[in-house]
Amino acid sequence: MASTRCAACKYLRRRCPSDCIFSLYFPSNNPQRFAYVHKIFGASNVGKMLQDLPVHRRADAADSLYYEAHCRIKDPVYGCVGIINILHQEIHNVQCQIAKIQAEIAFIGTHAQSDQQLQIAPNLDPNFLAEQKGLSNSFDDSSTWFF
Amino acid sequence: MKNQESRSSSCAACKALKRRCTPNCQFAPYFRSDETKKFAKVHKVFGASNFSKILNEVAEEQREDAVNSLVYEAEVRLRDPIYGCIGAIASLEKKMVELEHDLMLARARLAFCVNQPSSFLNEHGNMAPCVQDIPVSSGMVEAFNQNSFYFDQFSHLPFL
Repeated sequence: MASTRCAACKYLRRRCPSDCIFSLYFPSNNPQRFAYVHKIFGASNVGKMLQDLPVHRRADAADSLYYEAHCRIKDPVYGCVGIINILHQEIHNVQCQIAKIQAEIAFIGTHAQSDQQLQIAPNLDPNFLAEQKGLSNSFDDSSTWFF
Repeated sequence: MKNQESRSSSCAACKALKRRCTPNCQFAPYFRSDETKKFAKVHKVFGASNFSKILNEVAEEQREDAVNSLVYEAEVRLRDPIYGCIGAIASLEKKMVELEHDLMLARARLAFCVNQPSSFLNEHGNMAPCVQDIPVSSGMVEAFNQNSFYFDQFSHLPFL
């Protein structure tokens, strides 16, 4: 008779009951999935975590536990926290690049406006020019250019 | 007096496990006696035995970092029992994709401004705010690469 035990019960060498908490999420054709999760979290803890969740959320929880365990086995020191740190750094780098480009665009815009005003009225009162600059330099909406 | 001294010097792990804290206790360097909540988190998520095995696989000079990352992972898992740290990674990846798109637009805008500064102003001499007027495919736009190892792994999660 073919074995119908799930990967968890096979690993734990026990009978797989009909209401086994693991059977839906740790099929027998993927023994590594349960092995990883058991190594990091332990079968008992995984069973408790799944039991505490509504049935329709257990599949996602089992997946995320597997991915976390996989990350921790690949990198025993930092696990998936290492990935989080790298992503935070990358986000910060891109935000700095965007801010730098926005500053460059604002700088070009300021010079373009000054050049045009000088062309229109080269003998204009400098105080008047400064006032016009203040009125037209409403860059509050510049962030909407990119979003 | 001697018993009181040995009790007060028990690390948080040995207190939780209700055992005597030996001088070479594996957990003592990372869980002061007042850090009971810190140990409780890892104990609940990983279990003391698994936690100990994970630490044993790490070189001693890296164990403090390992403990800190495990504590963080346990905290996030307790806050989000369904997705844990994977949920955080998925959110960050999504933000990264959005920011890379914004960067692409910003670079296109800058390239256009540099090449045609006069077009930067409208007929009133003010900045033209509309970004849709910019020809994006000006040949100077960097290719937008959506390939991401981490993103692909978690792309089936519902909020991506």
